[in-house]
Amino acid sequence: MLLLAGCGRVWNDPYPASESGKNILYSSFSERPKHLDPAQSYTSDEYDFISQVYEPPLQYHYLKRPYTLIPATAVAIPKPRFFSGAGSELPADAKDVAYSVYEIHIKPGIFYQPHPAFAKDSAGRSLYLDLKPEDVGDKHTLADFAESGSRELVASDYVYQIKRLAHPRIHSPILGHMSNYIVGLKEYAALIEKEDKALQAAQPGTTPQVWTSLSRHEIAGVEVVDRYTYRINVRGKYPQFIYWLAMPFFAPVPPEADRFYAQPGMAEKNFNLDWFPVGTGPYMLTENNPNARMELTRNPNFRGEPYPSAGEPGDAAAGLLADAGKRAPFIDRIVFTREKESIPYWNKFMQGYYDQSGISNDNFDSAVRVGIEGDAALSPEMASRGIQLKTSVATSVYYLSFNWLDPVVGGQGDATQQERARKLRQAISIAIDNEEFISIFANGRGVPGQGPIPPGIFGYREGSESYNPVVYEKTAGAWHRRSIAQAKKLIAEAGYPNGRDARTGAPLVLYLDTTGGGPGGKARLDWYRKQFQKIDVQLEFRTSDWNRFQEKIRKGNTQMFFLGWNADYPDPENFMFLLDGPQGAVKHGGENKANYSNPEYDRLFAQMKNMENGPARQLIIDRMVAVLRQDAPWVWGYYPKDYSLYHAWLYNVKPNQMARNGLKFYRLDPALREAKRAEWNRPVVWPLLLIVALLILGTLPALRSWRARELARA
Amino acid sequence: MYAYIVRRVVYAVFILIGVNLITFALFFKVNTPDDIARLQLGVKYVTPEAIAQWKADRGYDKPLLYNARAEGRHKFTDTIYFEKSVEMFRFNFGRSDDGRDIANEISMRMWPSLALAVPVFLVGMLLQITFALMMAFFRATYLDFWGVVLCVVMMSISGLFYIIGGQYLISKLWNLVPISGYATGFDAFKFLVLPVVVGVIGGVGSGARWYRTIFLEEVGKDYVRTARAKGLSEIVVFFRHVLRNAMIPILTGAVVVIPLLFMGSLVSESFFGIPGLGSYTIEAIQAQDFAVVRSMVFIGSVLYILGLLLTDISYTLVDPRVRFE
Repeated sequence: MLLLAGCGRVWNDPYPASESGKNILYSSFSERPKHLDPAQSYTSDEYDFISQVYEPPLQYHYLKRPYTLIPATAVAIPKPRFFSGAGSELPADAKDVAYSVYEIHIKPGIFYQPHPAFAKDSAGRSLYLDLKPEDVGDKHTLADFAESGSRELVASDYVYQIKRLAHPRIHSPILGHMSNYIVGLKEYAALIEKEDKALQAAQPGTTPQVWTSLSRHEIAGVEVVDRYTYRINVRGKYPQFIYWLAMPFFAPVPPEADRFYAQPGMAEKNFNLDWFPVGTGPYMLTENNPNARMELTRNPNFRGEPYPSAGEPGDAAAGLLADAGKRAPFIDRIVFTREKESIPYWNKFMQGYYDQSGISNDNFDSAVRVGIEGDAALSPEMASRGIQLKTSVATSVYYLSFNWLDPVVGGQGDATQQERARKLRQAISIAIDNEEFISIFANGRGVPGQGPIPPGIFGYREGSESYNPVVYEKTAGAWHRRSIAQAKKLIAEAGYPNGRDARTGAPLVLYLDTTGGGPGGKARLDWYRKQFQKIDVQLEFRTSDWNRFQEKIRKGNTQMFFLGWNADYPDPENFMFLLDGPQGAVKHGGENKANYSNPEYDRLFAQMKNMENGPARQLIIDRMVAVLRQDAPWVWGYYPKDYSLYHAWLYNVKPNQMARNGLKFYRLDPALREAKRAEWNRPVVWPLLLIVALLILGTLPALRSWRARELARA
Repeated sequence: MYAYIVRRVVYAVFILIGVNLITFALFFKVNTPDDIARLQLGVKYVTPEAIAQWKADRGYDKPLLYNARAEGRHKFTDTIYFEKSVEMFRFNFGRSDDGRDIANEISMRMWPSLALAVPVFLVGMLLQITFALMMAFFRATYLDFWGVVLCVVMMSISGLFYIIGGQYLISKLWNLVPISGYATGFDAFKFLVLPVVVGVIGGVGSGARWYRTIFLEEVGKDYVRTARAKGLSEIVVFFRHVLRNAMIPILTGAVVVIPLLFMGSLVSESFFGIPGLGSYTIEAIQAQDFAVVRSMVFIGSVLYILGLLLTDISYTLVDPRVRFE
């Protein structure tokens, strides 16, 4: 059987022999994507696929840091124009802006991937937009439709997608947020919902088609100016809106695709935009089996995009500019295989069957050596295989939050009570040794938090200025975490000398809400308990499932809890708003889960959020961060660091935390890969022969025993 | 026989309603419709309006079991339980909460599960019976003793160890087959060799010991002594008489699991990257996808009932003493 299983030079190759030596990138995914519809998709796992297919008007520069927006399908980065309520144009620094107008010009000559929705006969009639259920009966993939076509990307496709965000049956997660900004979107959503309900009531049992409703009405603040230009009106000033234009939510969707998928019989075959995306990007999804394998194939209609000619200092030396100016994409196909377990995933990477890999905690020690200074380097085994290690600090933050509404640790009560709680929070912030946590539980893959803004985002201070003076102090020329003695002094000043209430003598018991945390959860929780014990505070855990945990936070029934935030866009506003009073979770249903409220901070946030990056904005951010450090509504946990491994045959790889559309710039050397796979995977046959021999030998005593029994006399 | 089958089918309907009700109660004890909506919509920027909209669109905006505001029979029919359950009894599973067709998904995942489970079941049973026969044949000898020791050792080892050990030895160290993955058609063969070998070896210990007990019980019966007294050789006694009579308890254990082979194996499929049904239910529970959970529990119940029915029928085929009456 084993001999039959092996075919070719390498027996354990999981890919078909026909793919040998081809220009194919092999990658993996662990969770099946829930949504591939750009109006719904909102996770990085899903963006790995759809970011290669859909093209929003803007994108992030592949190499430059800090993250820089550049045009994708747009001709240029749109400059907003500001208007008063009366409609007169205002200068850029005006304060009473009623609305901003973003006019986006897209490049002509961009074409969609081949798709049956665009197929037409010689007379120009659509071939597949008037199908009956029986026409779809024998179709299982888009390739089963004999004909396909394409058409040019036009501005109305972008407008159509913005309308899709508002459709009640598409359930876009950003509808609520965008309704606060895009003029007329809220009213449009209400209108479409009303019409949708009326249509359903008129024809019970049927589902009105999305595209017909959307095609009938327009959003007041979104308009098509001409074939290649569209305009979006945004309430007030919202400079961060431009970042949204780099996300798939604002990618174009052709109405024909919605119309095609809305036909009877399509839904039963999972023919829909959530399963089969239609875009203008460098790749198209040609196989969608989210249980096993997803495959992207080069879009033959893609116009080609020049590889960047400039980047960060050091990029040229790292070989990242070797392909400058060449037309991407460089790879023909990208195969993603589902790997749920880390052991086979890691072994396949080591065998050369995946071109890139992350590093799980289980494999960290065998892959990476961390020096005394915290510098990471590959282990000798990895280095001998030519594997490259790339690290980058994620645009994320993990933190322990205090509930501001809590009477013990929050910011409630009179000035004395507030001061006691503040000192208690500061003491806890000192006691929790995040450096140790990162070392033990994250294999050193993290940067201790100093505030809400992670490195790489405007507003983060480098060097000495980055340290939080409430938690760290400079001694002997270096910054160190303040001593436990200082934390205990703060605890005593807070009214809890030796961890007991000075008035009642009762021990101070604090409660931390968690969701358990998986296999290593207990060790982590024990570690936290020890941190609190250092300042004589008893810590109790209240463990609940994710649903109840979220509910507790929404209702404010917590004292402390862990959370994290992953940036939507590289702007400080996307972190600072997490502590903005008017966005408190309990009172306003917002993202400020700590329910933190400080009038000075709120005022500064309102001022900062609409400013352009520059010294003035930095000054305000510095003050906001100083306020936060004093108030300590979070224990500033850490900013995680991503470690990724790449084989020697993969080129032009640079981790990008904000964008997932970089696969178009990857380049492969398939010949080197074939050679290495053959070298690393030579079949070892002798154990098989040994097993067969042992089995034969094992039967001999049985035969002898049987023969003896047969020959024995009664 | 037909009357018996009809009677069992009628019983099955009531069992399925009960199972469905219990599944519903347990699921909604842990998850509320709001939780389901939040999980589908994500954790960022989700508004109460979006949640209400999602629930209304998916029919989760109704009372769970009893609608006090409705009139007449609608008090019971205009509820989440009724609307989500009735169609299932027509084997119309509808769409998952993330919008995918459940029947389509099951039909896609069923074949990889069967491709793994059927060979493991057949080869495993054959090997277990052979090994058990050998131990029974050489009973009370050192072969029997060491055979039982081997069985106890094998059944004491975790199934996960066989999987990880098999992957390490056969795929990583010896590079003989892919460590994980799946393909359709004949290409599936090279991916199935390792999981089948591991599945078979992992089941030999407990299976062989169980069958050995059955064989030894049969060997001690009077008809075997009579057969031997007639001068039949031990091989004829074993293969013509003991094996045939031991078929009844073997069938009891085997036939009942045949329909459940469709449901796949959670751990094996997960480690070997086989896109089967094994993980479908677990993933649905994690994703709080009630539509999938109720469908899979329903199918599992139907298959189990079918397995028991087949077992009863098979009794009459192998044992003339058993009658439906």
